[in-house]
Amino acid sequence: MQPVSPNAEGKTPNAERHGSFQQLRLDQITRSFGGTVALAGLDLTIQAGEFIALLGPSGCGKSTALNCVAGLLPLTGGSIWLDQQRIDQSRPEQRGFGMVFQNYALFPHLTVRRNVGFGLLMRGVPRREIRRRVDAVLELVQLPAHADKLPGRLSGGQQQRVAIARAIVIEPSVILMDEPLSNLDAKLRLEMRAEIKRIHRDLQRTTIYVTHDQEEALSLADRIVVLNEGRTLQIGSPEELYSQPANLKVARFMGYRNIFDLEIEHAEESRVFLAGSGIQLEGFTQERLTTGRAVVTIRPEDFVVDTAEIAPDSINTRNIILGQAEIVEYCGRDYLADVSTPSGLLLHVRTSRRVVPGENLRLAVPAERVLAFSPE
Amino acid sequence: MTMSSFDVRRSSGTFDRTLLLVVPGLLIVLALFLYPFLFGFILSFSTGKGTSLGNYAKFFSTPFLSDTIGTTLWISLPATLANIGLALPIAFVTRRYRFRRLLTTFLVVPITLGTVLVAEGLLIYLGPQGWLNRFLLTTHLSTSPVHLTHNYWGVFLSLIISGFPFAYLLLLSYLTGIDPTLPQAAATLGASPWRQFVHIYLPLLIPGLAIVFCLSFVQAFSVFPSAVLLGAPAGPTRVISIAAYQAAFEDYDYPMASAIAMIMAGVQLLVVVVVLGARILFYRGPSSGAKG
Repeated sequence: MQPVSPNAEGKTPNAERHGSFQQLRLDQITRSFGGTVALAGLDLTIQAGEFIALLGPSGCGKSTALNCVAGLLPLTGGSIWLDQQRIDQSRPEQRGFGMVFQNYALFPHLTVRRNVGFGLLMRGVPRREIRRRVDAVLELVQLPAHADKLPGRLSGGQQQRVAIARAIVIEPSVILMDEPLSNLDAKLRLEMRAEIKRIHRDLQRTTIYVTHDQEEALSLADRIVVLNEGRTLQIGSPEELYSQPANLKVARFMGYRNIFDLEIEHAEESRVFLAGSGIQLEGFTQERLTTGRAVVTIRPEDFVVDTAEIAPDSINTRNIILGQAEIVEYCGRDYLADVSTPSGLLLHVRTSRRVVPGENLRLAVPAERVLAFSPE
Repeated sequence: MTMSSFDVRRSSGTFDRTLLLVVPGLLIVLALFLYPFLFGFILSFSTGKGTSLGNYAKFFSTPFLSDTIGTTLWISLPATLANIGLALPIAFVTRRYRFRRLLTTFLVVPITLGTVLVAEGLLIYLGPQGWLNRFLLTTHLSTSPVHLTHNYWGVFLSLIISGFPFAYLLLLSYLTGIDPTLPQAAATLGASPWRQFVHIYLPLLIPGLAIVFCLSFVQAFSVFPSAVLLGAPAGPTRVISIAAYQAAFEDYDYPMASAIAMIMAGVQLLVVVVVLGARILFYRGPSSGAKG
């Protein structure tokens, strides 16, 4: 369908698209509840039009951060700036940020049309203008047929779209989304993810998106902020986070499922040579590892799987691991196999090559896909 | 998902013997409520000369009796509205109050004391020699004692004191039942706290307000002890329950008393039906965000 801009007031397209600011700056924002710190000094400068994902496990402070930006939770420390204007003291209705809630928070007593038009009504937009803009945005989220229904009569995905429509129709300078897809089933989640991506592409609104799903964050965001226990672990582009996680926690979150200890043999700058458990690996590190033990992480899909020509324990080559497939799960496009080495190491391997339980395998892993960290 | 044994039994269509547990309760309801009610209903039609509508005719043709309906409504409706009018803003303001539990405990006390004790207390406190008048007179806020007992206002105040905590507690539970993300969503859409109240809380509270109104009204309409103790039971506060009491225990005319009780029930029912019927004009669904 045609992307329909919900506004046509003749403002210059660029200013319109980017709202009225250049930067949204979170300066050491902190929130504690009683004695517990839910968010400890988040520092982030967001450029207008950027899509930011706050990623982390539940209780990591990501929703707290979002509620602080929205103004629903007062800060206990730090400040929020829209260019040169400090906004952390102003109330949510004064900030004018659009928010999509996890449970959608649609007004159950108002029709879809009046839900979506609510923000415009509050802004004193004339009735005919409200109708026109609501119709346009319902078109954008593909819901014009449901305009006069109550939210309770819509499916989860439709309610979700109404919530998005309601947040974007007021043309907010910033859109905040709090796990908007977590209540949807897997198939709908994929569809709505694409929908959110499309709306962001069309409207170029600055978006802060909270999720615990790294796939969602990777696929949607320009930049990802990984949080854990209220602290910022890493901020970077999806590619950076995926290939160069800053530490073990981020690595774990980014799908590095194989995590084991090895002894450092020697290190050259960022290259490290490791050995132990009957294997030898060459890998990379961003830390200053020189001696002692290191934690090695490898993603299941980074192994190149082949048949072992010889018995598992008879060869010991760098970055080659021999082992025997134990449990094999067929996942449609590929296989998920648990492979045990003669020394008892259990590796998770993902491969498109057909694997049968009991089979002897040769796992090769490129040095740049082996990441080493200092032990936690 | 496994079905619980309860679901299995319920869906099997055979007689569920646990239903027998309802029987004792049902018998008590029948014996203590339905039987006296039906007995009174039938009794109300008996006159000295057999069964007829004579008692009802007498009630409505005697202004001394029929005026009690108006008198009672004139006390109970304003008192109900005042209770809700007070309870709603206070419940709204205190819904996230830190010491709400202390406050609610404090407010429950008048309910537990009972109307007679409250009436006695008010009688002394508000009387011509009571603390209130002494205060007003010594501070020269008033030159003569303010008459708040043995008239309309005595009954009205007692209905507020006994009815307000009830309305407050009920409204508080309705208010806290509203999904807190709804007003938050309204705030992010630009609604000030006042407009959040008008556009979100109030419409979602309508069903609760209707119920609270009905329960408060029925309580106020059947006012008796405070109307006798604090009011002017011969005149301005001669409420319908006093008429019933006099018929039963001064004239020993039980059929007439039953008829008055039935008329009382009829008026209450009428008001309740009108209020609950008016609810249809408003939204009555769940007061949380629509489910996923």
